[in-house]
Amino acid sequence: MNQEVSPVKDTAGAPLVSSDPVKLAARDVTVSYAEKKALIDVNIDIVERQVTSFIGPSGCGKSTFLRCFNRMNDTIDICRVEGRITLDNENIYDENVDPVQIRARIGMVFQKPNPFPKSIFENIAYGPRIHGLVTDKDDLDEIVHSSLEKAGLLKEVKDRLDAPGTSLSGGQQQRLCIARAIAVSPEVILMDEPCSALDPIATAKIEELIDDLRENYTIIIVTHSMQQAARVSQRTAFFHLGYLVECGDTETVFTNPEHELTQGYITGRFG
Amino acid sequence: MTPKDDLHIVRSFSEELQTLSNRIAVMGGVAEAQLASAITAIESRDSELAVRVVDGDSELDDMETDINAFVVRLLALRQPVAADLRHIVGALKISSNIERIGDYAANVAKRTQIVNQFPQVRPVGGVIEMARLVRGNVQAVFDAYVQQNVEKAHDVWRGDEAVDEMHTSVFQELMTLMLEEPDTVPACTHLLFMIKNLERVGDHATNIAETIQFLVAGKPISAERPKKSSAAEAHEQDADAFTTSLESPR
Repeated sequence: MNQEVSPVKDTAGAPLVSSDPVKLAARDVTVSYAEKKALIDVNIDIVERQVTSFIGPSGCGKSTFLRCFNRMNDTIDICRVEGRITLDNENIYDENVDPVQIRARIGMVFQKPNPFPKSIFENIAYGPRIHGLVTDKDDLDEIVHSSLEKAGLLKEVKDRLDAPGTSLSGGQQQRLCIARAIAVSPEVILMDEPCSALDPIATAKIEELIDDLRENYTIIIVTHSMQQAARVSQRTAFFHLGYLVECGDTETVFTNPEHELTQGYITGRFG
Repeated sequence: MTPKDDLHIVRSFSEELQTLSNRIAVMGGVAEAQLASAITAIESRDSELAVRVVDGDSELDDMETDINAFVVRLLALRQPVAADLRHIVGALKISSNIERIGDYAANVAKRTQIVNQFPQVRPVGGVIEMARLVRGNVQAVFDAYVQQNVEKAHDVWRGDEAVDEMHTSVFQELMTLMLEEPDTVPACTHLLFMIKNLERVGDHATNIAETIQFLVAGKPISAERPKKSSAAEAHEQDADAFTTSLESPR
């Protein structure tokens, strides 16, 4: 495994973290769909056990970039990822790396809750079972219960674990998906607009959950809600037309952003 | 004036920010006019004008209340960030500074009515000169606000030292006269309060200058203001102690 990290570059004004522990790092990442470049020369460090939010207008490349971190872009034939992305200093795009193993370490939650058409219990049990994380029924019960507990859903569903996952409300389904992601003990959770289909109360519960989860997990969240980025993340990265324009402490980005483009976007002046 | 010349996608938000700036500019204009009238009242020993200045202060109080309500509404409904947030929070602070400037102008006018009952004393010239200097700073700081001009704000910030020096010098002049001619003590005592009020107006102009720097650049003024000589500072402390003892209840 290549341990080298390319020299730190101050690309597009993105300051790279120096002192905090880095969980994920991207160096000179360019992503193309056929001839079209969706991301250009992105450099970023994602700090361990923090929430980093990706913001930017539609088509800026933020979701494309998020999907690079667990090699979801591999599933798209015309998509090409160049550069290096490391998880704990190991290049996740090395030939000998199994993307399935990467996806077990880096879980993902999507915009629309997508529970399997199975029971609540089976939704959680599926991952640990196929990854061979459990040996017997007791182990599995334990993982299902602790995952639901961590996702803040156990109280609401403990008496109906056999009910279909799809019978839950939207917010509960999304927390079920988070529980399902947690069940395989990932180190990183990627969230692609996890609250955009939810009402404000369900959104608040997910945000509260994100705040709890960052004690144990590194989280990246793509969001269209600037307020959500401000509420849940410690660092914010702003993307525009495939470039990472600015990345910094959320507080700084929302009170005194460095770049005119960031300022224009977050204050609603984007023409 | 808005933080940036380009407009929000939501035009009504840009209009509201513009309205806020306009209200601050108008309020600043009223405070400056109050200060100018207070100076004229001292100069021409015009007690009627002084009464009008005192009565006019309630207009500034009402304006501040309106701006506060408008700011709370903007914060609640628009959830501003970055330059917009600084612009709105800055307006809240500035309106409070302007309200205090108005209070001091009214206090000066109140004491002018009493001073006018005594024969004119020589140091009044110094008081008027100091008042003009302060008024110049107030005028300059509102110009700096309207133009979002950080350089101009810095000039006001630095210019406060001259106000402090003049306060010390007029203070000395008044003390000397009181010692030499005890008959002048009543008039001079009121003039001492007046110069203290004017010195505080200068401080509020400085505060506004600092707020302008913050709302334009997002950072506080980093440089230190030129230090007074220790003798001047000690003298000022004496002066403060003296006026405080005069202000305490008899």
